[in-house]
Amino acid sequence: MKTVNLPVAYMPLVDAAPLIMAQEMGFAEAEGIALDLIAAPSWSSVRDMLAFGRVDAAHMLSPVPVAMAMGLGGVTTALSAVSVLSVNGNVIGVGKGLEAKLRAIGHGFDFADPVAAAKALDRVRDGPLTFGVPFPFSMHVELLRYWSAGTALGAKGIEIRTVPPPLMASALAAGDVDAFCVGEPWGSVSVEQGVGALLLPGQSIWQFAPEKVLAVRRDWADTEPDLVARLMRAVFRAGRWLSRPESRSAAGEVLSRRLYLDVPSELIDRALSGNLILSARGELRPVERFVEFFHGAATFPWRSQAKWIATRLAAEHGQDISGRLDLISHVFRADLHRRHLAMTSNDLPGASEKVEGSIRHDTPVASAQGNLSLLPDRFFDGRIFDLTDEF
Amino acid sequence: MPSGMSAKLTVVVVEEDRDRAIGIIDALTANGDCDVHVIGHASGLARKIAAHSPDIVLIDIDNPTRDMMEELTLASGPLDRPVAMFVSGAAGGLAQAAVEAGVSAYVVDGLSPKRLKPVMDTAIARFGMVRQMRNELAETRRALEERKVIDRAKGLLMKARGIDEDAAYALLRKSAMDNGRRVADVAEALVTASGLLG
Repeated sequence: MKTVNLPVAYMPLVDAAPLIMAQEMGFAEAEGIALDLIAAPSWSSVRDMLAFGRVDAAHMLSPVPVAMAMGLGGVTTALSAVSVLSVNGNVIGVGKGLEAKLRAIGHGFDFADPVAAAKALDRVRDGPLTFGVPFPFSMHVELLRYWSAGTALGAKGIEIRTVPPPLMASALAAGDVDAFCVGEPWGSVSVEQGVGALLLPGQSIWQFAPEKVLAVRRDWADTEPDLVARLMRAVFRAGRWLSRPESRSAAGEVLSRRLYLDVPSELIDRALSGNLILSARGELRPVERFVEFFHGAATFPWRSQAKWIATRLAAEHGQDISGRLDLISHVFRADLHRRHLAMTSNDLPGASEKVEGSIRHDTPVASAQGNLSLLPDRFFDGRIFDLTDEF
Repeated sequence: MPSGMSAKLTVVVVEEDRDRAIGIIDALTANGDCDVHVIGHASGLARKIAAHSPDIVLIDIDNPTRDMMEELTLASGPLDRPVAMFVSGAAGGLAQAAVEAGVSAYVVDGLSPKRLKPVMDTAIARFGMVRQMRNELAETRRALEERKVIDRAKGLLMKARGIDEDAAYALLRKSAMDNGRRVADVAEALVTASGLLG
């Protein structure tokens, strides 16, 4: 079989690991493909490279293909999210000023309780509270908005500004932002540089949030079904490999290379192991499933996840999508995922939607082989995303 | 306020490098039809841009602060006029050329293609030139790096096996061919391995 080169764009983040390890560990080669991995300087670049055909696939923020399908933002090429690359993996943190004020009122930095954290933040704020996020269409924005709306922060609200994660430290220092929500390793980098402290992991707000997706152009998925299938299988196997604890140190070493993330492997290991260090004081907080690449059908692109994202985006941007929600949700390709991964001896869900927020314990569900359990996907406020309700 | 047909176009260029910025300003003003402003520092970018109320914002595609620009494309963004990212527009070939030249443009909705095209043609030519120079520089630097690594690998082989330089290079080349790899890669592996062995 002749090897086919596939150009793939990614942002240097821990959750690009399934793509990087698919290439490095030979999962791509086993499928007769070689991933030509292109590190992008910004999320807009990733999107443009994919939309204009410079690359065939991309590591992408899960809300981006949904927003594009809704006509939000500048580019509206039809994309397909064929797999979820990672679930969870973000942190919310505060700058030095807020950290000192929070400590002064006795906030314990338990890294677990979003209601208490919001109450404490609201107590110490003395004006607008500005959070830096990597991109206007991102799970970071959605988690922050959902959290602030349902807590003590809601009364005065929060402001959200886009700041490229490598510039977050200087934005904190310049006072452009007071706090942030970013993907690892950037939260840990800000701790290491002594400019911030971690307050909450993303999953304290939503326990099973689709973070990055494997995105391709929809027309490419239609015309190259075989290549799409090979790419999906290679990336899926890399995610399964990453989920094994014994893979962690090798993955950390590879990701830390200058070619990829160019940060010390010790910082990367914090996210991979879920042992986060909160501040310069060195408090260690273990987080279960800080970032998930495989378990609980993590790679499955549930249409209900796309619907949750679309519903949130529509409310924020004043769109009425009531008649289009179902169509928009089809950018999450549960159909392709099931079709192309059927032969990986992987057990796949029988359904394409679930009731987001309703799973409280590991729950066995109907699946192709009958061995699949879904993981808890609770929202911090216990609400359930039921489309018959106003959410 | 939208520019009338007779008014000059207001163009904002986001560029940290002073010399590059001056080059872009000169090229654009030579067109005679625009006011060009440069923003050099990313702090508070969207607010600074809004203050100029530009018709077009140009920014290097490789500039990481580009993601801050995306806020301008939202209805709730800091500009009161809707901004479209030009590359998605109907201008077809122009968009592709812009991406390839390494410039992204944000354009106020409704700006006529007739007024946009000359500015974009100039910007594409200018950014394309810079990108080409940058690529050549990177290429030269890489070639130099590789030369250095190959020289070190040759030195290691000469010492370890008591052979001369030509023989050492022949050995590297043969090993590369046998393994389907580049000479520079084989040399790098050798240098790394010998560093480990002390």
